[in-house]
Amino acid sequence: MKKLFSRRNFLKGGLAATASAAVLKNKDSQASGDFDGYPDSMGVLVDLTRCVGCRSCEAACNKEQELPEPAKPFDDFSVFDEIHHGQKRRTDETRYTVVNRYDVPELDHPLFRKFQCNHCAEPACLTSCFVNAYTKTPEGAVIYNQKVCVGCRTCMIACPFYVPTFKYSSAFKPSIMKCIFCYDTRLKDGKAPACVEACPQEALTFGKRTDCVDMGRQRIRETPGKYVDHIYGEHEVGGTAWMYLSSVSFDKVGFDTHVPKEPIINSVKDFLAMVPMVLTIWPGLFVGFHLLATRKDKIKEMEEEKNKKNDEKEEQV
Amino acid sequence: MKLFSQERPEIPIVHHLKEDGTEWTIKEKLWLGLSVPEYKKQFFRNPVNWLMILIFTIGVPLILGRYVFGLGWVTHASNDYPWGLFLGFGLFGMVPLSASGFMLGTTVELFGRKDFHAIERLALLNGLLGYFFAVLFLEVDLGMPWRLPYPMFVSLGPAAVLFLVAWHVATYLSVQVAEVLPAFFEWIGWLKGKRIIRKYVLGLTVAGIILSTLHQGALGALFTYAPAKVHPLWLSVNFQWIHFFVSSIFGGLSMVIIASTLIVNFMAWRCDDEFKDNLDYITIGLAKGASYAMITYLIIKIVAIAHDQEWSYLLTGWGSYYFLELGVAVVLPMLMFAIGIRNRWVTLIRFGAFIAAIGVVWNRLNTSLVCYNWQMYQEIPHWKEVWITVTIYALYFLTYRFIVYRLPIVYGWQGEK
Repeated sequence: MKKLFSRRNFLKGGLAATASAAVLKNKDSQASGDFDGYPDSMGVLVDLTRCVGCRSCEAACNKEQELPEPAKPFDDFSVFDEIHHGQKRRTDETRYTVVNRYDVPELDHPLFRKFQCNHCAEPACLTSCFVNAYTKTPEGAVIYNQKVCVGCRTCMIACPFYVPTFKYSSAFKPSIMKCIFCYDTRLKDGKAPACVEACPQEALTFGKRTDCVDMGRQRIRETPGKYVDHIYGEHEVGGTAWMYLSSVSFDKVGFDTHVPKEPIINSVKDFLAMVPMVLTIWPGLFVGFHLLATRKDKIKEMEEEKNKKNDEKEEQV
Repeated sequence: MKLFSQERPEIPIVHHLKEDGTEWTIKEKLWLGLSVPEYKKQFFRNPVNWLMILIFTIGVPLILGRYVFGLGWVTHASNDYPWGLFLGFGLFGMVPLSASGFMLGTTVELFGRKDFHAIERLALLNGLLGYFFAVLFLEVDLGMPWRLPYPMFVSLGPAAVLFLVAWHVATYLSVQVAEVLPAFFEWIGWLKGKRIIRKYVLGLTVAGIILSTLHQGALGALFTYAPAKVHPLWLSVNFQWIHFFVSSIFGGLSMVIIASTLIVNFMAWRCDDEFKDNLDYITIGLAKGASYAMITYLIIKIVAIAHDQEWSYLLTGWGSYYFLELGVAVVLPMLMFAIGIRNRWVTLIRFGAFIAAIGVVWNRLNTSLVCYNWQMYQEIPHWKEVWITVTIYALYFLTYRFIVYRLPIVYGWQGEK
């Protein structure tokens, strides 16, 4: 008697699907689990109340990273009035850090905010990269490897701070351009990045990240009324190496206060968790549907065969 | 071609043998059985080809320029909008419209609905070409296009959503090539190849469903990396992949209706009677399937808003735009489908399909460009970017037409099968 479906056919049917399942199943294993950050990683505390907008940090960064000379020199302060698309200056392929001026109504003087990569504990650029071009070093820097980058720019989509920029001007050797915490030249030897060293106002303080948090809390506690009671970066997107103190609420000085408190990867985990389910359940489910949908044809086939055999028998008799 | 097919009985080619009993060579098959002057004559008689020539005259230099002077030469080189039209339209728009392959493959091969057989190959081809050109768009957009295989073989980042997209699109592309190959094998007359693939068709179909579910969803999940950048009405962290997957179902089905409409109107000489006679019935069937997907989509769109407590956004300007999108892109074609199905008005269904397909692309452009950085400013693509996008799409159109002219997609091969 012919069976409805043979084991052989069943196995063959699901083969392609199961093979892909076996290859791809463990792809999200690295995404799960919490990561508290490297214990001895370094950080920088930026005190906006101390910054005078001298742009020394911009100049130091430009020199250290061997970036092209800007159109306007670093002692030209008209750059603070530049507006593109209604936005203040931002980092791009020629500058890894910029300082912007913010006129706050309740203060009689402007505030200045330095902007660069915040070097997250669980960076979105790193977790979104499909070629592992990013590394979070134990020292705290988020560095980038041009040699494997494909140029898909997903990191730029994922970064909640709009930090990674792309070298659009190059056709043959484009690259992501961003602050790397002076990792190659300084941080890996335990030295402070060039911008911190250049700051004449001690607005930037370099130290262990945990010490930076303590120092921030101490300043808030010891000078009541001077700061808002928040260290930006202590918890934002899971914590960043660069953290900020401000005398006015952070949204008034160009910070995005709507970024999630959790690492960006957490909002992707819903989808990643569903992947192994589809890979394991779908093959059986749909092959089952196929058997159900075609069972009437098969039954018909079997009956025809049976009748044929009966006819043959009768003929013989 | 219409004129030639009326004058000469052996054209269009549907058989290995000519009238006099000799075989067509592959070269003759490629020239559609016409002599070169005849071929040129029919080519230049077609006004669509003149439009193509215009598009390519400007588009090809622009594409070459992009590879010599870099992306900054053809786009606004925005660091705020890293993805423009090449991905917004080319990848996020083309891929859902190519869901047709796995949809019809499932219907015919898996559920045994032989009544949709006449359209199966067109749906498979539509899927294959859509994916292939989405990859082509990607190759224009990638900073280092020569490193396309890197995520597969050189440096793996398996925890990233894009890793999944890359692997699944690559695997699925091979599955689709295998699914379309039988038509090619019939055409060149190598039946052994066809039989080999026939054996694995169930496996290929199931693989198609899995890979499609995951990467259609993954394209949506890519935006969950930007929870603070995409407008909340267009981004639901929990449901994004379902939104993208379900809308790809009616997007893909609508695209098959569009393709079959164009073919039966402008390429009637190429269709056989099975295709022409069944098309109205099939179109109604496809519209039914699409309607179920649309109502599901509408419901989960509302569920997503309820889940994230986003009702207040609906009262803002963005909310009106959201209603406009859902109303024009989903509710309107759904009503057109409903009326069309009830009264058997196939033309109404065809118009509805046209709106629905454009609507899916509109949704993808909204998610990736219009409502991206909604608190910042609007990025208007550079004209060169628009022109290159149109050029690649024109190339897609030409390839599509080239294949349908020749391979047994909308007609059955008369020779040995």
